[in-house]
Amino acid sequence: MASSNDCDPLPAGVLPVGIKVLIAGGFGVGKTTFVNALSEIEPLSTEEILTAVSAATDRLDGVENKATTTVALDFGRITLSPSHVLYLFGTPGQERFWFMWDELSEGALGAVVLADTRRMEHSFAAVDFFERRGIPFVVAVNEFDGAHRYRAEEVRTALDLTQEVPVVLCDARVQSAGIRVLLELIQHLLTTRSSHGSDTDQLLRA
Amino acid sequence: MTPVLPDGPLIDEAVGRLVRPYTVSDGRTRATSHFTLVTVVQATGAQTQGAFGLDHAQVLALCERPVSVAEVAARMQVPAAVVKVLLSDLAEGGAVVADDAPPPSPGHCARPDRDLLEAVRDGLLKRL
Repeated sequence: MASSNDCDPLPAGVLPVGIKVLIAGGFGVGKTTFVNALSEIEPLSTEEILTAVSAATDRLDGVENKATTTVALDFGRITLSPSHVLYLFGTPGQERFWFMWDELSEGALGAVVLADTRRMEHSFAAVDFFERRGIPFVVAVNEFDGAHRYRAEEVRTALDLTQEVPVVLCDARVQSAGIRVLLELIQHLLTTRSSHGSDTDQLLRA
Repeated sequence: MTPVLPDGPLIDEAVGRLVRPYTVSDGRTRATSHFTLVTVVQATGAQTQGAFGLDHAQVLALCERPVSVAEVAARMQVPAAVVKVLLSDLAEGGAVVADDAPPPSPGHCARPDRDLLEAVRDGLLKRL
C-alpha cells in the first residue's frame, strides 16, 4: 500500500464493497442481541435522515411536501473477505412510519425479520413493510427461554407468510445461529433469482 | 475544561454534542457525490488542496483504512448526512476514494448478481 506521504491517489476499485442487510422486528424481539452476537466490532449507532413524501397534503405552492425524520440506526459489521463487508442494520423503532421511508431499504440485499412467539404481532409491521416493498426477507423465530416452542409452519400461518418466505428457528444470542439465519437469507435470494430467471440463469439452465 | 484542539467530537457527557451537527458542514445537508451508509471509503494520502477544517481532518484520520460511511459517522458522533458532505469535499479534492459499487436505485433494494451472493455465502460459511 502507498505510504501516507505518497501523493499518488489509490487506484479506484481496490476497496471492499459494503453490503447492507436489515434486521427488523418489533421492540424487544432481540434485534440488538442478534446484531451484537454477529458483529466483529462493538455495535455502533449512527443517525440517518430519512425523507418522507407526504402524499395526503395539498401542494398549493408547488413545493413538494417532504418531511424529514432523523432516526438512529444501530449496526454491526462482518468482514466476509477482502472484497466484501457485510453491515447489519437494526431498523429504527418508529415502525408506523417505515412505509414512507424509501432510504431504509435502498440498496439493501434483504432483511431478517425477528419474531417472538409470545408477541407475534410485534413483527407484523416489518413483514408487511418488506412484502409491500418487494424486499426479500426471512423470518427468524428467536427462541426465548420459557417461550412456548412452535413449529416453523405454525409461525408461517400466524404471520400469514407465503410458502416462499423461509422461516427458521434461532437463538439470537448465538453467533452460529445468526450466521445460519443470514445463510438462509442468501440461499433464499439465490433461489428466487433462479426461479424468476435472470438472463444468465436461463442461459445456464438451457 | 475547554479543550482547544480535541481529538474527538466536542461531547459533554451531560448535554451531548456541544456543536450543532450541521455547523461542521457549513449548514449543507446534501452531499455532492453519492454516498450511502455502506459506501466504503479510504484516505488516499494525497495532499489536499483547499481549506479543510478540523472536521475534515477528523474524517481523514478515521478513514486511513477502508471504512464505511456509517462507521465514520458513528465514531464522530454526527449524523451520517454530515459525514457525507465532508466526504464529498474530500473526494472532490482527491483526498478520499470510495468503493465503485453502483449507486442504489432510489426506493429499491439491491438486485445483486449471483457472484456477489455466492461470495457472501462463502464468506458466511467460513464463519461457521
